[in-house]
Amino acid sequence: MAGGASSRIYEGAGLKLMLPSWLVIGIFLLAPVAMMAVYSFLTKEFRGGVIWEFSLAAYDQFFFDRGLFGDEAPTIEWTYIGIFWRSIWQAGLATLACLLIGFPTAWFIATRDPKTRSIWLFLVTIPYWVNLLIRTVSMKFLIRDTGPLNEFLLALGVIDEPLGLINTNFAVQLGLFYSYLPFMVLPIYAAVERYDFSLSEAAADLYSGTWTTLRLVILPVVKPGIVAGCILVFVPSLGAFLAPDLLGGAKTFMIGSLIEEQFKGSAGNWPFGAAASMILLTIVMCVLLVYARNQNKGETR
Amino acid sequence: MTSPDIAVAVDRVIKRYGSVTALHGVSLDIRENEFFTLLGPSGCGKTTLLRAIAGFEDVTEGRILLKGQDLTGLPPHKRPVNTVFQQYALFPHMTVTENVMFGLLRKGWSRPEAERRVRDVLHLVQLSDFAARKPGQMSGGQQQRVALARALAPRPEVLLLDEPLSALDLKLRQAVRMELKALQRETGIAFIFVTHDQEEALTMSDRIAVMSAGRVQQVGSPREIYEAPVNRFVADFIGETNLLDVAVQSISAGQANVLLPGNHPFTCPAAAVVEPGAGHLSVRPERISLCPEDQGHLRATVTGHTYLGTDIQLHVVLVDGETMSVRLQNAETTLVPDTGSVIGLKLETGAARLLAD
Repeated sequence: MAGGASSRIYEGAGLKLMLPSWLVIGIFLLAPVAMMAVYSFLTKEFRGGVIWEFSLAAYDQFFFDRGLFGDEAPTIEWTYIGIFWRSIWQAGLATLACLLIGFPTAWFIATRDPKTRSIWLFLVTIPYWVNLLIRTVSMKFLIRDTGPLNEFLLALGVIDEPLGLINTNFAVQLGLFYSYLPFMVLPIYAAVERYDFSLSEAAADLYSGTWTTLRLVILPVVKPGIVAGCILVFVPSLGAFLAPDLLGGAKTFMIGSLIEEQFKGSAGNWPFGAAASMILLTIVMCVLLVYARNQNKGETR
Repeated sequence: MTSPDIAVAVDRVIKRYGSVTALHGVSLDIRENEFFTLLGPSGCGKTTLLRAIAGFEDVTEGRILLKGQDLTGLPPHKRPVNTVFQQYALFPHMTVTENVMFGLLRKGWSRPEAERRVRDVLHLVQLSDFAARKPGQMSGGQQQRVALARALAPRPEVLLLDEPLSALDLKLRQAVRMELKALQRETGIAFIFVTHDQEEALTMSDRIAVMSAGRVQQVGSPREIYEAPVNRFVADFIGETNLLDVAVQSISAGQANVLLPGNHPFTCPAAAVVEPGAGHLSVRPERISLCPEDQGHLRATVTGHTYLGTDIQLHVVLVDGETMSVRLQNAETTLVPDTGSVIGLKLETGAARLLAD
């Protein structure tokens, strides 16, 4: 490709070769998002669907309360903001739990013998052979009051009555944690595997104990992996609806469920669902922008 | 057992990894303010010994004393020695200043004091203008200086250097040798330098320990190691040599009477432990001169030559079939004998030495 003529040939072909990727991105990513963006500015039809008439009603409904008949002075509507806030909080906690368990796991795998590493990685990915819905339902059966976990503990006499895990925040946490743990393990594993352990030796040589070395050398160096893992867990957790629907109760309603309901059956409100999606998308974009800036800083070193 | 001017005493150190023994009872005394080199081929145990002094490896048996204090069981971060690593191991997320200051802050220096020390050390290695750079933005030679500065900053009792020049290209390596040596003189502490490069060892060291197969073969000044090797390994590993099988007739006062191939009697110094019988004679190729065939100690047939720039290497075969090489200085007047011609070889004083094994 060094020759001028051949590089010109590749230049011409470059656009054509890129076409399939652009088509995929366009049809499956940009078009649906654009559709959502447009729908969020339309008027709702009562049996689902939209009327093609411009309206800000969806966003208005999300942020403002104008009373039952819509004629009162607008006050801030906290219901949906509350759901969003709770979702961010839930997703954040799930991310933290994944990080606390995922980092040692990834560290463990990355420091094994190269031959056994692939077996450990394989074990981590095994749950992914089963559909997310089935895994979440299984979790529900496992931890419900008459499920094996409670019956086992009751039989042992450790507890006198069922723990009442199901339909709690904790159950949702557990579901999210279980669903997305590998997304935390794999990027951290990739970062730790590249980590040069002579850096730890250098730190020890320069009078740094184990924890100081972890804090000042290891964590900063593998940070890109940690950040990637956190994003890969946080973003899908934020929009998750299976875990909150199946494991949580009415009190643990999350964004994903809210959006899902707007498009389900005839009770939905498509423009409102679309508006909620756009707001969710905006939050996710903000998170990703922080990540991208972080990456750029990493590159320049 | 340690006299006050011994910086590091390695006392009968044995290191085993499972069934493999990396160090077979190594004992060494490294003096204060000396440039000491551990020299040997890869796998000889030199790096293991260095890592044992730094604390990265536990020794199976034996002790390592630093200025009389037993280091056994002390983790690396409690040992007052610092290491320059082979690939430098600079912290990539920190600037040069932060790298150099790392050890000082961990050691409990106050920030103003540490900053002053960092400035001084960076000045010492001529990197003052690069204080704000990150390692990734610097050349290999500059990174090597940062590694040096980082290891010297906390004023270690002893500086350990693990093949620090091997990642540099040849020209730079030669320049850095002299700088390292000067730095050692300036700081006044003992440097323990690990290398497999005999030229590096000869040019920089006050004393060299030649190691092979987990044992110290010989300890001495570069001159002693080169001119009075104790065995075939040392003679062969340091510089270039011809090893001839000879018959040893008698030995007295360190001088041996031997019969060279072709039955020419010859007297030369012997390594202490040689007994009469069959022996090995080490003959340095640059200490042999050419003469007419009946006037030398050896008679040889020329089989060819190799042009080496400063030297010309002459390949010859002796009457008993042994091959030798002879180095002729490449001067304008040098005459290279034709291939196939028969010549005499004269062994100059100090050219040959009888070895034990």
